[in-house]
Amino acid sequence: MTADDERAATPHPALWGVLYRSSMPFWDSVKRHELELQRCSGCQRWLTPPRPMCPNCQSAESEWVKVSGNGTIYSWVTYAESPHEGFDSPHTVVLVELDEGPRLVSMPVDIPEADLEIGMRVSVLYEDIDEDLTLFKFERAA
Amino acid sequence: MKSIKDTTAIVGVATTDFSTDSGRTEYSLACEVIKAAVDDAGLRLDQIDGMVKDVVDGIDAMYVQKALGMETLSYSSDSHWGTSPLLNAVTAIASGTANYVVYFRSANNGSGKRAGSDFRAAKETKDESLDLIRYDFYSPFGLLTPAGMIGMGVRRYYDDYGIDPAQIGWVPVVCSEHAAANPHAIFFDAPIGHDDYLASDVVVDPLRRLDCAPEVDGAIAVVITSAERAKDLADTPAVVMSVAQGTSTEGENLSSYNREVLSRLPEMELMGRELFRVAGIGPSDISVAQLDDRFAPLVPMQLEALGFCGEGEGAAFCEGGDALRVGGRLALNTNGGFLGEGLLARHERDRGGPPDPWHLDQPGRRRGVGAGGHRCGWPCGRSDPAPVAITAIATATAGAGGASRWAGFIDRASTPEVVAA
Amino acid sequence: MTIEYVPGIPILKASLDDDNRPFWEAVNRHELVLQRCGACKLYLQPPRPMCPECHSMDTLEWVESPGRGEIYSYVNFTTDRMAYPAMKVPYSVVLVELEEGVRLVSNMIDLEPDEVKIGIPVEVVFDDISDDLTLFKFKVRES
Ligand SMILES: [Zn+2]
Ligand SMILES: [Zn+2]
Repeated sequence: MTADDERAATPHPALWGVLYRSSMPFWDSVKRHELELQRCSGCQRWLTPPRPMCPNCQSAESEWVKVSGNGTIYSWVTYAESPHEGFDSPHTVVLVELDEGPRLVSMPVDIPEADLEIGMRVSVLYEDIDEDLTLFKFERAA
Repeated sequence: MKSIKDTTAIVGVATTDFSTDSGRTEYSLACEVIKAAVDDAGLRLDQIDGMVKDVVDGIDAMYVQKALGMETLSYSSDSHWGTSPLLNAVTAIASGTANYVVYFRSANNGSGKRAGSDFRAAKETKDESLDLIRYDFYSPFGLLTPAGMIGMGVRRYYDDYGIDPAQIGWVPVVCSEHAAANPHAIFFDAPIGHDDYLASDVVVDPLRRLDCAPEVDGAIAVVITSAERAKDLADTPAVVMSVAQGTSTEGENLSSYNREVLSRLPEMELMGRELFRVAGIGPSDISVAQLDDRFAPLVPMQLEALGFCGEGEGAAFCEGGDALRVGGRLALNTNGGFLGEGLLARHERDRGGPPDPWHLDQPGRRRGVGAGGHRCGWPCGRSDPAPVAITAIATATAGAGGASRWAGFIDRASTPEVVAA
Repeated sequence: MTIEYVPGIPILKASLDDDNRPFWEAVNRHELVLQRCGACKLYLQPPRPMCPECHSMDTLEWVESPGRGEIYSYVNFTTDRMAYPAMKVPYSVVLVELEEGVRLVSNMIDLEPDEVKIGIPVEVVFDDISDDLTLFKFKVRES
């Protein structure tokens, strides 16, 4: 197997699947075309990425709370060469700060890189990749 | 409280040859380099009773011991992310747990094969506690490489402080100038100019190829003992004045996207405070800094975090390069650093991710073979003929900008041409 | 043949690197070779890049072994719970001490688990399990 074959045999990163049980509720919500994030039941602090204990009040009680899916571009990177053949080149990845506070890594839809700006208003949309996987992405807010 | 200040010393250092393809096992490189470091210290292998390795390197210390024939290791530790080994070694010595500790790294990074075909497979060999959780959230969107992950923070750093990326270009320029005098280095005899930086490809916007350190194959080792025992050894020891480590909450290796600001390095600030507290000196006493330059923008961020300049002033500090050159305010990475010498650090590739944007088989300004690099900026440089006294060594971990970040400060008064051994 | 493999379950092969490759290449040729330090004549198993006695890296050599020795110890796998899924229980895994002094883990081809005993003289044989996998195993040797 050449390095190229090996690389081609690598599954699409979106299909690597969820590695951690603590991430499952989030991805289950995405499958329903919703965004639910973990929040501490004790002090209401958002726990992103998910974790078994609140770093603020050490409570182990948490709930999954639906968020609006509206936010702003906090940062982004653009790969000149896609880091994986599952994506086109150039490939842009955005870091979106939701209005509720947590930041999520995602991809822009219909926003040329040249138009991206820190602070740009965006809102979530969903893409059903296959039976097992739905991704959330962001487009310019209406 | 008992202090570690001046209680230990680095007495032996060694590196293997560095290359883009060692053609040897990491096992073999490790054995060679440990023996060389122990020889350098004027010790025998059977005197070594402590061993520290980096948890990200594949080679198991037990097998290294098997080949080296070391009968009596009473202290052995796998240290986190390459940041705390020195702290482990120093505290082991200072506490009396071990007399002579060797710390080694061995990695075929330039040529290394990816260990697994995906993160799921990689995860099966790792413990849940390792920070793979972020791959649930980043990899589906193609945020896969260290350069990509750090790029988010770099963009905020540039934006928050109005930094022109061209200012950052002076970091690789100066590192390449310093590497030009280091026969081990990738940029040996081939310094770049600022124009080369500006002409360099943007590989992961906002990073250019020359912002990213090239990965190499090789191994390094150092031997540490008590300052007292060091007096009996032939060479002038490098006395360790201070060692520190810093970690901060909401930290992730290279990402830390959910901490308040991405444009600062709180771990580094923490570490710097402890470092200077133990040493009893401050930034103004330091004239050489070996900083983590795996990605060039980390350098001005560290200068700010460590108090060499004010918040947001790091890029201006670097501009023009004079402050960073030997003889300047703060000579930077006098061996060439990761950027100039080469990088020994394992990250995503071990977990099945793609390699860093530097592909060493691509044409560029570098030597084909013998290109070099170890834990660059290794501050234990005892370059002949004038040994350097180390004034402080520091480690910090899990930064917004990188896990294996550590800094060493060498008192340049001893010799201006410090080349990490 | 006392080892029965379970169809469809791959047998794990040694992962080859520059330190152990000559050993497995020899097995493919139906030869047993052992690593030895040419300077101090010490046999090294498992293979390694440096002699632990004289710390030499360039005196290491591969020498052919007649593959004669005796059973030094053994374990018998009797339930699936602890066994290697590719092999049907019960099966025996032996630790053979060769005349050169080093010990190898292997299987017997002609002894049932309840016949294996410490001290039985053995010699090496080669088992071509598939097109791309040959293993070294042992059979009882007439002493
Ligand atoms: Zn809480
Ligand atoms: Zn020998």
